[in-house]
Amino acid sequence: MAPMTKPLVSIQNAGKIYKNGTVALAGLDLDVREGEVLTLLGPSGCGKSTILRLIAGLDNLSSGTLTRDFELDHASIGYVFQDPTLMPWASVFDNVFLPLRLRGVARSEASPAVNEALALVGLAPSGRAFPRELSGGMRMRASIARALVLRPLVLLMDEPFAALDEITRFKLNDDLLALQGELGTTIVFVTHSVFESVFLSSRIAVMGPRPGRVVAEIAIDAPLARGNFRTSTAYAHYCAQASRALHGAMDADVK
Amino acid sequence: MKSFDGSLPQWAVRYGPPVLVFAGVLAAWEAYVRLWNVPAYILPSPSLVLETLFTDRATLFPALLVTLKTTFAALAASVAGGVGLAILFTQWKWVERSFLPFAIVLQVTPIVAIAPLLLIYLEAPAAVLVCAFLVAFFPILSNTALGLASADRNLVDLFKLYRATHWQTLLHLRLPAALPYFLGGVRIGGGLALIGAIVAELAAGNAGKGAGLAFRISEAGYRLNIPRMFAALALISATGIAIFAALSALSFYLLGRWHDSAVGPER
Repeated sequence: MAPMTKPLVSIQNAGKIYKNGTVALAGLDLDVREGEVLTLLGPSGCGKSTILRLIAGLDNLSSGTLTRDFELDHASIGYVFQDPTLMPWASVFDNVFLPLRLRGVARSEASPAVNEALALVGLAPSGRAFPRELSGGMRMRASIARALVLRPLVLLMDEPFAALDEITRFKLNDDLLALQGELGTTIVFVTHSVFESVFLSSRIAVMGPRPGRVVAEIAIDAPLARGNFRTSTAYAHYCAQASRALHGAMDADVK
Repeated sequence: MKSFDGSLPQWAVRYGPPVLVFAGVLAAWEAYVRLWNVPAYILPSPSLVLETLFTDRATLFPALLVTLKTTFAALAASVAGGVGLAILFTQWKWVERSFLPFAIVLQVTPIVAIAPLLLIYLEAPAAVLVCAFLVAFFPILSNTALGLASADRNLVDLFKLYRATHWQTLLHLRLPAALPYFLGGVRIGGGLALIGAIVAELAAGNAGKGAGLAFRISEAGYRLNIPRMFAALALISATGIAIFAALSALSFYLLGRWHDSAVGPER
């Protein structure tokens, strides 16, 4: 399955050193394959967010190579941050409209696409609301709708549900997988939650800290339609495996 | 907040105490003047001040109009200049490096000290206007520049991701993000424009039909017309309060549904 497809993004022997001397990444190899949900699982400060910024072209590598199998333009990447990052002065509709507006599309012309994106995340009735009038989970849904409105090839998500309560997070995890099934979007998802990574992924890249690199890759061999996956023994097995890999990475760092 | 005994309406709880305090002070003042027979040239009673406000209206209100015109012209110029320069600051760093020091110099030099100098080079009305402009300008400039620079960094990245142009980022992100800061600056600037106008009028001291309220105060002072001094002072205070209230209302209206400052503490 997955190894047969050509990688959408291929990162080889990558290093990133920030101006202040921090070595964020060193010797990182990572492929993003079409149609997969890849999670980057690791402790904070291991360069997970840096990888997303590099893929999005918001930052450049210090060494190594990053190749994309697509043209990097306004519609190729969707980005969801840890905070919903909505414009508080604009309605939910206008927030989701933003990527189209910046392309010079008129509001009336953009309206069907915006409404469709809102419907995808279950926010169809809330277009006229302002961000501050929504719950945290709904704000995150609006943020996801904005990222999807141009139907990007790759959706980058930087710990999007970390600040939400567990019940909301589970619901959003379910809905995200349903969305992925519907659209087939390739997703790169950053998290520090073992359970979230196992539930969402077709593949987990476990990362070690300082400098960030991939220490283990775990393929989750279960279809992405995951109704009862959370209660299955396979799920528990994968969680244990991911936990061990993560602890291994941390211990190696301490020594 | 709920009213403490559950019976007083919201507005009474909110506005009752300050109104009562104000009325109490006025009543005590009136009583003191009447009971101790204080002469009007020492301390006029509030009722006499009110009466003077009415009898001297032909002198006071045209003067108020002059001061108001100066204040609003200065405020308008400050808004245009402050916002314009703040935008230039954020678009080109070298403009900020070149001009900010001079803006600060003008800000920290007391306006009372600059006014006499300006009066040498300019006609009195123009000099008064420039003084009022100089004091109102800086808070608007610095607040707006701060606001323009405070846009959410992730949103800035998002605009970059979507290939937004410089001007799109300014129009759709930086200017709206700066609005609360700008309005805060205007509220300070509005009060300062009035103060600047008054100070400059005092320094100018010109008589005739172009005279503002401050000149009427000093003129009344020379003539020991203390009730008129108080009446003019009351007018200036009321004007300052009105400007502040109007700008607060504008701020509330513009920030409406999105900014924390526009949502009451009750929520």
